[in-house]
Amino acid sequence: MRYFLISFLMLLVPTIGFSQDLEAILEQESLETSPLTFGTFNGTRLLNGHSVETRKEGVLEFLISHRFGRLNSGFDQLFGLDESNIRFGFEYALHDKLTIAFGRSSLEKTFDSYLKYRLAQQKTGKTPFPFSITLFGSAAEKTIKDYLPENKPTFSERLTYTGQVLIARKFNPNLSFQLAPTYVHFNTVSTENDPHDMFVLGLGTRIKISKRVSINGEYYYNVNPFESFDTKNSLAFGIDIETGGHIFQLIFTNAVSMIEKGFITETTGGFFKGDIHFGFNISRAFQIKKPK
Amino acid sequence: MKGFYFILISAFLAQNLNAQDKYLTKEGFISFFSHSIVEDIKADNNQVLSVLDTQTGKIAIQLLMRSFMFKKTLMREHFNENYVESYKYPKATFSGEIKNFDELNEEQTETEIIGILTVHGKEKEISTKVIVNVSESEIILTGDFKVDIADFNIKIPAIVANNIAKTIKVSFELHHKPYK
Repeated sequence: MRYFLISFLMLLVPTIGFSQDLEAILEQESLETSPLTFGTFNGTRLLNGHSVETRKEGVLEFLISHRFGRLNSGFDQLFGLDESNIRFGFEYALHDKLTIAFGRSSLEKTFDSYLKYRLAQQKTGKTPFPFSITLFGSAAEKTIKDYLPENKPTFSERLTYTGQVLIARKFNPNLSFQLAPTYVHFNTVSTENDPHDMFVLGLGTRIKISKRVSINGEYYYNVNPFESFDTKNSLAFGIDIETGGHIFQLIFTNAVSMIEKGFITETTGGFFKGDIHFGFNISRAFQIKKPK
Repeated sequence: MKGFYFILISAFLAQNLNAQDKYLTKEGFISFFSHSIVEDIKADNNQVLSVLDTQTGKIAIQLLMRSFMFKKTLMREHFNENYVESYKYPKATFSGEIKNFDELNEEQTETEIIGILTVHGKEKEISTKVIVNVSESEIILTGDFKVDIADFNIKIPAIVANNIAKTIKVSFELHHKPYK
């Protein structure tokens, strides 16, 4: 009888014990262990420079960027709006982690191309990782004919390379921060005193003020700038506005170039002297390949 | 000694009983559809977790909002970042009961399912028709229902108000297998 009772209890207990626990089974079977942190920044550009973000596989982004003249150029130049520099770029995501791009800037008639690879992404949960890390490498070819015919530079002499390690952390949905150690190599420099290799540290932040609007700031500190002419570190502030497939970025910066080697190393304007260029980036994303 | 075997057998039986009255799927299908004059938006989730207790007819369903796949990847990003705020509310859950579950036989039967749907941290009672298909190897639940976006405190900005329907159709198809 005693055994029978025990057996009976054993039959009962698990049934009672488990019948309420569908939720517990769900927890146990749940797939989510370490969710990735997305949307550290709104777009692939923080302001002038790149952010850690890449587009998803099969997305072609068409980017049009403008920088007008200097705000302090007065009414005669309509505060810089009479003068305009443009870059347009086609940027295609071969993979969620890999983007290839081509662009053309009106400034010094420069062609540029870059590869961007997302090395690691910030994660929370069981195996967290505190940062997103993206590698960036670009080459720019200056094609403006600002030389005497007998000094015609070769293709290689017209090239400049940039390498960056972008390291970012989204502290909370409204605050993200980015560090960007940068290396720039010039195949040709104007005088012997000018360095061929420059080391620069970039800092950037995004502060969201609403779901679709954020304020961004970006600063690049150049450790060993050019000697032959006076350059300034590039500083930029701006507003991001996100609407569906578009991102509008309104930018105030002392830099006029929209590619890395330009705004990082060749900026001459003094932001606080009023040498500020108004500009914008407009990005439109097209889904070229169907997502898997 | 005889008693001891009896206990062993009972324990075995008890486990067996447990195993057989729970049915589970990890690859359930739930999709939603929004129709508007501007565009149709559809998203599929093929990683729905659902567990069904055949003793009571109780069911618990869970999915990750991030696992909804859209035609455009940017839509998926915006859906998660701006609308359902997946970083804050990663999961949607449903906890409910299938009516008259014990009376269902091996054929396709229509009955009702009632429960609480939680999306974006907001709860809402849902009651809808469900087609239950019971066979030896699986229990299939299919159906659809409509939900109002406003019930879940999901804000649609004026600029895209014409792109997104106020009422969304949700469809489900869950193939439960015996849970071991």
